This record gives sequence, C-alpha cells and structure tokens, in this order.
Amino acid sequence: MPPLSPVPAWLDGFVSAQFDVLVEVSLRPGIADPQGSTVERALPALGFDGVEGVRVGKAIRFSIEAGDEAAARSQVEDLCHRFLTNPVIEDSRVEVTRR
Amino acid sequence: MSARVGVVLFPGSNCEHDAIEAVEALGGKADIVWHGATTLGDVDAVLLPGGFAHGDYLRPGAIARFSPVMEAVRRFAGDAGPVVGICNGFQVLTEAGLLPGALQKNSGLKFMCTTVEVRVESVRSTLTSAASVGDILRIPINHFEGNYTCDPATLARLRSDECVVLRYVDNPNGSIDDIAGICNTAGNVVGLMPHPERASDPLLGSGDGLVLLRSLLNSGGVRR
Repeated sequence: MPPLSPVPAWLDGFVSAQFDVLVEVSLRPGIADPQGSTVERALPALGFDGVEGVRVGKAIRFSIEAGDEAAARSQVEDLCHRFLTNPVIEDSRVEVTRR
Repeated sequence: MSARVGVVLFPGSNCEHDAIEAVEALGGKADIVWHGATTLGDVDAVLLPGGFAHGDYLRPGAIARFSPVMEAVRRFAGDAGPVVGICNGFQVLTEAGLLPGALQKNSGLKFMCTTVEVRVESVRSTLTSAASVGDILRIPINHFEGNYTCDPATLARLRSDECVVLRYVDNPNGSIDDIAGICNTAGNVVGLMPHPERASDPLLGSGDGLVLLRSLLNSGGVRR
C-alpha cells in the first residue's frame, strides 16, 4: 500500500495533521548570560573581531498532532509557558510548520 | 516527641543521607519520601535535599516540580507545614511556584564548591527562628545555578515582608541583593543555596548549620 499523502490544508479542523515544531529558548533581555559573555570574550583570540551581543540559548524540536496550525501553535505556547521555559528568566520563540 | 522530617528523594538527589544524618544528630527523626509518592505520611516538616533531581534536565527543578510528591508538598505548605529546599531543593521550590523568582547560572560561570559566610537577615522563617538577626554562619555552597534573580516588584516585596532570610557576606555568585535564602510571605516555606546539613558537626569544618536545622525541627514540633 502506498504511503498516505499529507492532509491538504482545506481539511483543517476536520482531521488532525502533524506539525514540526522548533522552540528557541533564550534568556530574557536584561538577564545576565555568562555563557554568552564567555563565548564573546573568546572570539577575538580566534581572530573574530567586532562580534557583539552573543547570547546562548537552546533549541527544542518535536512534532505535534493538531487540527490546524493555530491549534498546534496554541498548544506549543502553553507547553512553553508551563514547562519548556521558566518565564521569570526565559523567553521562547516558536516556529510551527505543517509536515 | 521529636519532630519527624520527610526528606524527599528524587531520582538524582544526592544529599538526602547527609540531611537525615544531621536531623538525627539533633534528635529528630527522618524518613525518605520517594518522589513518586502521592502522600507525605506522618511528617512534621518536609526537606527537599540537594542534588540533581531528574538530572537537572531542561532546567534544575523543571521536571521535579511535576513529580507526584510535589502535589502533596504543595498541600502541606498550604496547610502551614514547614518546607525547606536546600540548593537543588530551592530550585525545585521556585520552579514549582512555591517560592518566587528563579536561580540562574552563577555570574562567574563556575561551579562553586566552597564554604561561605551568610548573615541571618530574618528570624520569622521556619528555618531561622532559633537564630538571631545578624548571626554570621559559615556554611558550604555547592552549585552552578545559585544566582538568585527576580523582578524588581518581587524584590521589593521580599524586602518589605522580611522574606530575605539569609544574605551572603561576600556574594559568590552574582545573586541579586546578595540573597542566599528566602521564605514565602507566611514564613513556612524556605529555600536556600547553602547546605546547612554539611555544616552540622565541627568535624565537617563547621557546626553553624545546626541552628537552622534546629529551627526547622522546632517549627515542626510547634505545629504538632
């Protein structure tokens, strides 16, 4: 049996689809990032001058099943707020792509 | 009757036996409470020990706060039960929202393992009631993420409500306002980065942590 083709967008809300998610977690502006500062200080020794504002964060990838992109995004944002980030010190940026 | 302390064991905790030893040296009783437990049993106080709960994956305390036992700890704290989080336990309490703020990486980006001096700033907490304001205690720290931070409104409230329990004499990690330990508004939930259980016998280099653990045992006894 051939593999099923991706669900077309006009079926949004009627069947669920898979979405690839990328969450970028970064320290909020104003929160010291000693890791970023250390990387920045090391760069001139390698001959990279003029690099400023280095911030180190993390990237989290997963896929999620949802009715449509808005539903996927809303679930991911809830997940970010409650688990993937600590809102006291971290921000997140979410990318959702239909598979 | 001696106070009974429930010492919560998460996968990755590593200071639970030190805590039990120190509590028992003071005449208290201590029981391990596994993180998967949904009740705390018959305890007068709860201690979340240091270590690396759930490997500190994602962030220290981020996964531990979802351990089943934390719901029981939340109920116990809501019922005015004394709860103390030491080091990783402090991180768990902030992630669980039982204490405000967060603990970020040390400003020097170094894991610190040394003995520091802390000053008792408030004696209205369950961990400092037997101490006096101004007491200087020599207690070891052992952490990478001990740099306490919070927003300005929270800091103002911590100060005005006398919730800053301990301050570093010489700030080792960049912690805002030199904060080494805080309590909630009611004073029954306390988090601190220094390890009082490692300063519980002169043989360990200091016995200065005993006054804090004695406070905890007393407050547990009072509750009963």
